[in-house]
Amino acid sequence: MSQDVERLHLSARSLRVERGGRAIVTDVSFELASGEALLVLGRNGAGKSTLLRALAGFLPLRGGEMVFTGGDAPLSERAHYVGHADGLKSALTALENLSFWASMLGAAKTCPDGKLSPQQALEKVGLARIGDFPVGYLSAGQKRRVALARLFVAARPVWILDEPATALDVGSQDRFAQAMIEHRASGGMILAATHAPLGLVDARELRLDAAASAARACPSTAGAC
Amino acid sequence: MSSPLLALFRREARIARSIGGGGAMGVVFFLILVSLTPFAIGPDLNLLSRIGPAILWIAALLATLLGLDRLFQADADDGSLDLFMMTSTPLELVVLVKCAAHWTLTALPLVAAAPLLGLMLGLEPEAQAGVAASLLAGTPALTLLGAIGAALTAGLRRGGLLMAVLILPLTTPVLIFGVSTAAAASGGTVPFHTPFLILCALSLATIAGAPFAAAAALRAREG
Repeated sequence: MSQDVERLHLSARSLRVERGGRAIVTDVSFELASGEALLVLGRNGAGKSTLLRALAGFLPLRGGEMVFTGGDAPLSERAHYVGHADGLKSALTALENLSFWASMLGAAKTCPDGKLSPQQALEKVGLARIGDFPVGYLSAGQKRRVALARLFVAARPVWILDEPATALDVGSQDRFAQAMIEHRASGGMILAATHAPLGLVDARELRLDAAASAARACPSTAGAC
Repeated sequence: MSSPLLALFRREARIARSIGGGGAMGVVFFLILVSLTPFAIGPDLNLLSRIGPAILWIAALLATLLGLDRLFQADADDGSLDLFMMTSTPLELVVLVKCAAHWTLTALPLVAAAPLLGLMLGLEPEAQAGVAASLLAGTPALTLLGAIGAALTAGLRRGGLLMAVLILPLTTPVLIFGVSTAAAASGGTVPFHTPFLILCALSLATIAGAPFAAAAALRAREG
């Protein structure tokens, strides 16, 4: 399995995504390999979330092609998605929510080992003591941390994150930045849309701008963007 | 049943049992609807026992549809539906398990309550057993037909009424054969097994077909 993780590659060429018949994302191309991260930047309404939702498989691609190499499973079965909605049931406790997603998302044979138990995952996001609390009683930031703990209960090599740091306090942001570094070091890849700095070093940047629809990807370290 | 589906069933059951989950609402609604009928019609036992199976069936139909509009909407709102699409479990199976959980928690209590309420409507023992048997065979079809409507309206804010308008016409065959099964149990020209087997066939056909329709509707929700 570890060999599979090492040769992940995601390549997108002139992607086009529509919503309700309107083109939201046009002509987006990028390349991403194991251990790399892609920051999707752009103003409100530029299509960041739409692009990430299309990559996760929720929206159909209306043009271009996306090739994901690494194992037999499609990208959506090897990726985690954390979006605006937390995917948590407020009537269930944090541990029940996490155990459920662990068995739903981690069931596939395509998922390598190295996942944490729900309790360990909660410890990792600093919520060890609220595990048996119904999620409905938690604050927005705590809910977001439970949602992020989902990344650790099922080992999937690609993380698709849409504004992951929303409502997180500084300590949690640091902890999450550390987790992202570990994830990349172990051969995973990260695609994130954000306005706030996430603490990703050496991330590629993809600017989505309606005015300059010819979005291009280049390493931020080169300073060409 | 493999472990992700078992986990899904348990989660649905736990949510339905929690406050606001609506698990018990269906049977309470059924109880109220059936107990109101004698007040509306009057204490004519002959009339009540003649139309009793039909009243029980219409009440069961409405009670089954009552909680169904939230079947996928709650998951769509909190983002769970997106995550279901990322599992290696086919969405069709997720739909089927959610329907099975919903049926177990809302329709099965109706089947158990129907003979008792039949007593209130002056039904003969054979008719009571007939109504219970026909509900047991027919409610899976109602739940799964309702799931198609729930999937089509999952993205809408107030989709409940639209769902009922979409689905109620489709339930006509189930209603016809359900009531005639119950009537055949207490005598009549048709043998009991004829409408009963057609009712079973309707349920089996919706179990086979509806998950695909509902999953397709859920996939087409966006875009």
